[in-house]
Amino acid sequence: MSIAFEIHDLTVAYQRRPVLWDVDLTVPEGSLVGIVGPNGAGKTTLIKAALGLVPLASGKVEIYGRSYSEQRNLVGYVPQRESVDWDFPVTVRDVVLMGTYGRLGWFRRPGRAEREIAARCLEQVGMSAFANRQIRQLSGGQQQRVFLARALAQDAELYFLDEPFAGVDAATEAAIFELLQTLRSDGKTVLVVHHDLQTVSEYFDHVILLNMRLIACGPVETTFTNENLQKTYGGRLTILDEAAEAMRQRDGA
Amino acid sequence: MINLSLTDKVMIGTALLGGMSGVVGSFAVLRGRSLVGDMLAHAALPGICLAFLVIGTKSLLGLSAGALLSGLLAIVAVTSIVRWTRTKEDAAIGIVLSTFFGAGVVLLSLIQKPGVGGSKAGLDSYLFGEPGNMLTGDLVVLAVVGVAVLATVGLLFKEFELVCFDSDFAQSQGWPTLRLDLFMMASLAVVTIVGLPIVGVILMTAMIILPAATARLWTNRLRYMLQLAAAFGLAAGLLGTWLGRDLPAGAAIVLTAAAFFVLSILFAPQRGIVSRLMAEYRYRKRIEREHLLRSLYELGEGKADHESTIELQALRDYRYWRSLTKLLEQAADEGEVNLTQQVVELTPLGQRRAARLTKAHRLWELYMVQHVGIASDHVDRDADDVEHMLPEGLLIELEQKLASEGRLPEVAQEVPLSPHQLDSPSSEPPSEPSS
Amino acid sequence: MTDSIGTLVAATPSIDAVAEFFGMSRAALWVVLTGATTNVACALVGCYLVLRRMSMMGDALAHAVLPGLVVAFLFSGSTSIVPLFIGATICGLLTTFLTQTLHQYARVPSDASMGVVFTSLFALGVVLVKKFVGGLHFDIACVYEGTLELVSLAEPVAGVPRPLFTTTIVLFVNLAALVLLWKELKISAFDPALATTMGISATAMHYLLMTLVAVTAVASFEAVGSILVVAMLIVPAATAHLLTDRLWMMVLLSTLVGIASSVLGYWMASIWNTNIAGMMTVSAGLLYTLAVFFSPRYGICSTVLRNLRMSLRVLREDVLAMLYRVEELGSDKRLTVAEAGEAVGGGWLSRLGMRNLQQAGRIRRDGDMLQLTESGREAARQLVRSHRLWETYLVQHLGMPLDHVHEPAHRVEHFIDDRLREELESEITTDGQDPHGRKIPK
Repeated sequence: MSIAFEIHDLTVAYQRRPVLWDVDLTVPEGSLVGIVGPNGAGKTTLIKAALGLVPLASGKVEIYGRSYSEQRNLVGYVPQRESVDWDFPVTVRDVVLMGTYGRLGWFRRPGRAEREIAARCLEQVGMSAFANRQIRQLSGGQQQRVFLARALAQDAELYFLDEPFAGVDAATEAAIFELLQTLRSDGKTVLVVHHDLQTVSEYFDHVILLNMRLIACGPVETTFTNENLQKTYGGRLTILDEAAEAMRQRDGA
Repeated sequence: MINLSLTDKVMIGTALLGGMSGVVGSFAVLRGRSLVGDMLAHAALPGICLAFLVIGTKSLLGLSAGALLSGLLAIVAVTSIVRWTRTKEDAAIGIVLSTFFGAGVVLLSLIQKPGVGGSKAGLDSYLFGEPGNMLTGDLVVLAVVGVAVLATVGLLFKEFELVCFDSDFAQSQGWPTLRLDLFMMASLAVVTIVGLPIVGVILMTAMIILPAATARLWTNRLRYMLQLAAAFGLAAGLLGTWLGRDLPAGAAIVLTAAAFFVLSILFAPQRGIVSRLMAEYRYRKRIEREHLLRSLYELGEGKADHESTIELQALRDYRYWRSLTKLLEQAADEGEVNLTQQVVELTPLGQRRAARLTKAHRLWELYMVQHVGIASDHVDRDADDVEHMLPEGLLIELEQKLASEGRLPEVAQEVPLSPHQLDSPSSEPPSEPSS
Repeated sequence: MTDSIGTLVAATPSIDAVAEFFGMSRAALWVVLTGATTNVACALVGCYLVLRRMSMMGDALAHAVLPGLVVAFLFSGSTSIVPLFIGATICGLLTTFLTQTLHQYARVPSDASMGVVFTSLFALGVVLVKKFVGGLHFDIACVYEGTLELVSLAEPVAGVPRPLFTTTIVLFVNLAALVLLWKELKISAFDPALATTMGISATAMHYLLMTLVAVTAVASFEAVGSILVVAMLIVPAATAHLLTDRLWMMVLLSTLVGIASSVLGYWMASIWNTNIAGMMTVSAGLLYTLAVFFSPRYGICSTVLRNLRMSLRVLREDVLAMLYRVEELGSDKRLTVAEAGEAVGGGWLSRLGMRNLQQAGRIRRDGDMLQLTESGREAARQLVRSHRLWETYLVQHLGMPLDHVHEPAHRVEHFIDDRLREELESEITTDGQDPHGRKIPK
């Protein structure tokens, strides 16, 4: 099995205060990966670093063996729902269509082919009936499904989903789960920031346990163990916190 | 070249300006940059004065170049203040706006000094707007800028849309969000600066914001918003110039645009105040009517022989009514009830509708009691609120769900029995006075 | 009020004597005083505008009061200050109300709703001026720039020129509001929700502040005009915000910056013989720029300097640690100055770093060779100890592989103090060796 996603020695710092220390991991192609850890563990930061949205203090990220900027078209992204302006004048269809913009490139407008892709992706998440709604007029779960459809429209090989299950209804949760299965059977790799420990073993086949540093990464059966969970949730390593604080303080600010 | 009268020229010019400021203004408003236009308009002053000091004439192109330069400098200043200091964006805009303007005022007074050889009259009109000075050449400039703006937005529509809507996603797709953002601001700057000599500083700010904010009230799609904003701007230019022949033209145009905005706030289909009040009113009326039908049904049900006539007094005692007489008359007009002196009776039509409503209400009550686990004497009010919004599909689903679990009472294939005592008036919430 | 100010003025030795003391004419003194009172009155309320992130509301109010002024003028038939204040207050409240309502009920973005309201009201004002006033007193250009130069020619009220009289009154009103409602304004600016739950209506405080801003703006029009008043509201307050972290200090500093900018502005304007109010704005801008660069805590220069000092320290420590490791090998090999400089990046920074070390007596030069002194060796020992403790920690607690721990430890070693070293030591189990098998020095 080939490697879809690889991180070497990644350290990320906000205002020079490290929030992720020396993460080193690989994810095989075609796996569903849950990223699990307590609040402030750096889960979202890990995704943002992988997508080049935050600068790296050190280390590198590889997607199918090459840097992100070279492999952008292979990557799909669903941000957290708070990051979007819900009053923006776009309909559900418009949002899904945005998934195709990356491949279209400069100046070209989405045409019939793109609209068909968008319609198909909407169908896939069961939101076709809402295509002409403005996005504020949807429930939280429906909004989430629209953003999943946008990621599908990117037709990527590797997907990053930031808390797709947060605050959604049961129907949406089931729909998303089904979608993840479909993606896996199509050979895609999906990384999901996830909060609900109960469902980890059910939803994912790999898991990344994170708490400021990598606790463990591997197949769910061998990695999602009580011992590892203890390490992940059993309090932060105060020494890491103190060292991070010292680095920030000494540097000024 | 066609010979145009001054009024024609002014009308064409202001219409062009209105149209393009609507387009660039839409992006500014959506991006939360409404006041950047304000800043650009003010920050143009020192550039204009310097350009005048350097080239010595009041050529539109020369002064505009100076204005653009200091406008761009102002953008850079605001961006770096926000990036490098603890000063927040609003204060940064205010600081740059007022300081640049102050520098402009200083330069202006230098120009006025005897010996430098300028008069500030022309510059004043540049600042405070004087469409009467419009030359055919200015029209050409406006037209060229207009075409350039349209072409830019036409070519980069999807890029601008993406950056405005979700810039993180745009960046993850590899778009240069920062440069696109700056490009959007630059086009805003160009339009602001060609507009200055026509409507003046403050009123140019209005031309950026008003048509865009008006258009936003009418549509939920960016494409149409741009078109509408252009149309509103264009119309404000034409109509304002025509209406305000003996008024300051800039102010007349802005007031026209403001009138469009006020009318839209009142009458726009979804966001307008009137349509929202109407919808609210209709909704409340529908609920009242549905309560009436259900009450009649339940009262009839309480009688031993399902006798269908109900005394008015019984109905009055049953629950609180805002204006029962009017409600009954309306129901009678719809053919749902027969109304005689002291007695009401559901017609067959009314009976059918009432049965359907009561069923929805009770299904929801059952669902609440059995699945949500709410005490049965508390569900009535919740069901009251929800039943009016239940779509048909959900009702069927509820029914099937309850039936499949054997919880739908057998007798009630038509209308299930209420899970709580019906005829006791104490089930009314105490806060409502019973009339 | 009039009387008391009159007495106050009468009690001062003599305005001419004061003017003579400062070496300026009486007219000049009036100009500077008017500028300073305007600036201080503006700065007092401006601090709250800046802290509440509604600086542009100052701009909006300064323009939106125009129709109120015109209507007040038409009703009273005079430009006396009381009707103008009433007109301004009503317009200010209206602007605040409309801006909030549009934002809340029509979901117009807050900046756009502010823009819609103030520009429309201003346009209305311009039309009213044109229709009914005929441009006599309400010269629009004058609204923009003000006529601070002509202050001394204005009719005197209670012995001082009218604009100065007006701004002084407003200054005292603002001061009184700030003193009386200090904690209320403070808490409703910091946390409106909390303020409201404590019975201090944040909405009421908001409207009060906006009224003060509107009145202050109107009082300042005659002297400095509507745009430059924005500068006086915001720039001194923003400057003060760069200099301090305390509210009372910020208010105090902003008034000082306001006074300084009026004096400086007057001085520069008289040198170049230009518009005084404009020059006051420019000098406020200059003071802000100075603060941006040289604020002791938040300035760009001090940040750059701090970063430079940091890099220098890291570099010095790298040199020490390197020399220690070479000694540790036990051979007689010594590093030359050039070799050491090259190893830590070279350039002027490394030369400076090594000179520092020599001056501090941490290293010694034997000809071309570098040698640790006793104190240098001790410092280096602590560094290497930090490095190796951290490596051990990474391996034992983070489960990192051996070949991955050197880089992170190299980054962190500079920031580990005695206390952290002790903690690290208690967290790890060691036989005095790091995971590479090297001795962890004591």
